[in-house]
Amino acid sequence: MMVWVNLIAALCMAGAMALMLSRLFIGPTLYDRVLAANSFGTKTVLLLLIFSLMVGRSDGVDIALLYALINFIATIAILKFFRYRSLEIALAQMSLRRAIGGDDE
Amino acid sequence: MESFDWTQLLDYALMAMLLAVGVAIVRLRNLFAAVMLMGVYSLLSAAWFVSLDAVDVAFTEAAVGAGISTVLMLGAMLLTAREAEPVKAGRHWAALAVVLATGAALFFAIGDMPAYGDPNSPANAYVGFDYLIRTPQEVAVPNVVTAVLASYRGFDTFGETVVIFAAGLGVMLLLGFGGKKAKKEGGE
Repeated sequence: MMVWVNLIAALCMAGAMALMLSRLFIGPTLYDRVLAANSFGTKTVLLLLIFSLMVGRSDGVDIALLYALINFIATIAILKFFRYRSLEIALAQMSLRRAIGGDDE
Repeated sequence: MESFDWTQLLDYALMAMLLAVGVAIVRLRNLFAAVMLMGVYSLLSAAWFVSLDAVDVAFTEAAVGAGISTVLMLGAMLLTAREAEPVKAGRHWAALAVVLATGAALFFAIGDMPAYGDPNSPANAYVGFDYLIRTPQEVAVPNVVTAVLASYRGFDTFGETVVIFAAGLGVMLLLGFGGKKAKKEGGE
């Protein structure tokens, strides 16, 4: 019984991932795509957790945690790239420089 | 083969999404979207590796494919245009021929592979079986692959780790985290 519940949940998650993919493909603006990619990563984490429940192994939880961290960092990197056209300078310095000098890069 | 294994449905769903993402990466002309889709592709294939029980491969794929290479691609995009230019039609056919030939060779090789989980296959019959028996007593790590990599072949893995560390250092130097601060403010 529990197996079926897990399987149905996993398939629903796969359906949600497919919906996110369609938004990634057609998304008119870049921000749609960033949001869809981030949400897709979250769905992957949840799918991995469900899967490790299904198989009864706890290894999947470690990978799910790693995914969550990587997803966060990648989103930050992409957004920083959109905003400042550079990955070289730290975010704190960017905002500081903008506040002092007012030069908007 | 009397009952259908329903968990296979998950594998099929993941593979279908991998295929769709691959086609979309080729079709899209917007490079930002392609970079993001490559990150998604890497996440998807890592999820598929987990469902195939290759947990350690999935770990590496998630760390390198989805994490580092997305940032690296974004850095590379700083140096180029935002839209890809369409390729001339004549070059499509040569590429298609190469891909078809390679794919046909791979499909031809499938016939020689042992069946999934075959106890008499070379991977399971000789040393691998020994590792499976000994690992719980000698190393006491739940994942046998981890035991082989980190304990039985520890020196090999140490060398690989040094190489990966050097590669990581190289990426850090290329991206220059925080190194530009003193130079820029001194110049202004």
